[in-house]
Amino acid sequence: MHQEIKTTPSGDMVINVGPQHPSTHGVLHLLITLNGETIVNLDPNIGYIHRSIEKMCESLSYRQFIYTTSRMDYLSSHMNNHACALTVEKGLQIEVPERAEVIRVIISELTRLASHQLWWGSMAMDLGALSPFFYAFREREMITDIMEETCGARLTMNYVVPGGVMMDLHPDFQKKVKAFIVQFKSKIGEYHDLVTGNIIFQNRTKGIGMLSKEDAISYGVTGPAARGSGLSCDIRKLYPYATYQKLQFNEILETAGDSFARYMVRMREMEESVSIIEQLIDNIPEGEFQAKTKAVLKLPKGEFYTRIETARGELGVYLVSEGGTTPYRIKFRSPGFSNLSALNHMIKGHKMGDLVAVMGTLDLVIPDIDR
Amino acid sequence: MSKLKAPWQKMENDALLNSLQTSFPDAACAIGSDWPEIDIDGSDLLTLIQKLRYDEQWTFDYLFCETCVDWKTHFTMVYHLSSTKHRHSVVLKAKLDHDKPQIESLVGFYKTADMLEREVYDLMGIEFLNHPDLRRLLLTEDWVGYPLRKDYEDPINMIRL
Repeated sequence: MHQEIKTTPSGDMVINVGPQHPSTHGVLHLLITLNGETIVNLDPNIGYIHRSIEKMCESLSYRQFIYTTSRMDYLSSHMNNHACALTVEKGLQIEVPERAEVIRVIISELTRLASHQLWWGSMAMDLGALSPFFYAFREREMITDIMEETCGARLTMNYVVPGGVMMDLHPDFQKKVKAFIVQFKSKIGEYHDLVTGNIIFQNRTKGIGMLSKEDAISYGVTGPAARGSGLSCDIRKLYPYATYQKLQFNEILETAGDSFARYMVRMREMEESVSIIEQLIDNIPEGEFQAKTKAVLKLPKGEFYTRIETARGELGVYLVSEGGTTPYRIKFRSPGFSNLSALNHMIKGHKMGDLVAVMGTLDLVIPDIDR
Repeated sequence: MSKLKAPWQKMENDALLNSLQTSFPDAACAIGSDWPEIDIDGSDLLTLIQKLRYDEQWTFDYLFCETCVDWKTHFTMVYHLSSTKHRHSVVLKAKLDHDKPQIESLVGFYKTADMLEREVYDLMGIEFLNHPDLRRLLLTEDWVGYPLRKDYEDPINMIRL
């Protein structure tokens, strides 16, 4: 595609990054106004992978619509399903068996680990270090294998259904998760040796892409990106769901507000996730894995909202029901969408090369933004 | 096990509802499915938000969801506000006319409203007054119609089940 280079009246150059650019990890199109090499303005142009999931859900039943949400933030697909299932359960007042809740939390945290590992590898790759990607995938592969055995899919896990989980755990599940924890704990030091302590990496991320706490609130930034600015926003702690209120874990906060702080939040969060899994893996209660529900689900008339913490931040599911078998209107408040809106503010005044560092630590997943 | 409504949440909601009712006797306040809800007139939005955002007893500084529902006869703008200081939440609902839906923009209060309102404009066709940069976000500039409206028809791209 040939496109003429545009200039603004003041002589600044306008260039396109994407929609097919490796560092955007998807089809994100950024219109960047450059003065020399300094970014003056950034205008995200999204919608290249917009599938209108919200409209699609209006014609799908309460059992079916959950599966479309795995395709939003495909790295947190399990948490997306969990949020939808919680919304339907809230509407129908279903009590979920304890076993199902514990399984959901374990799988959620495994998904978070897998997501953060992919982020770590790809972010280092964006900044020019190719080998961390292979280190990250070595451990991530163990999680995807566990997922494959548990629910039959490696990426779009459709394991959570209203009332519980789709099927019971396979007999090897605990053994395999424990093997993963041993492997992960012995290798996390390598992650820090490879990237965290690297002086080139630190120079490229420290003091880059500053986001103050006030701006994080105003832009609606959530998840690790906001916790790097010292904003306490972990839904698992603030508005606990499933069994999170019974678990011992810390909300990771950093106060610097730069790219390196956001990086450190995710690195430390991985260790918290491992600790959550360790608390639960030997204590999975016996019993049913799914509550008894009717074949056709009908939500009462009303509105239901669920907030959940995915790997990227706060996912909200707003469901309006008219009493039928399909949602009347559904809105997904996706974390990536709000995080992206702060990008222009964070990148202004920085050099073009810093863009990948800032985008990398925002951890954008484009299908999550476009929906 | 899964508490459908935690006791602390109910107490918090009741206290919040009380303070809202005393301060806004004209507005219709009620407890919704999760949080207190206020039904407002679209023209009162800015004065109400001004109080909710900056008054110390509420400090609703975080707009975590802004969307619109098409009820065929009218639209309802739905704002979900939360406070990072007090940790309580409230829902605002404003009824809009179906033929010419218009409401004031909240960009002056919440920067996240910029893109959220562009999305609502794009998919629902609500006009936000005094929005600094109101143009389509997800769809192309030459798209005809607003897909999330209930009367939207697209014979080629729409799949009916």
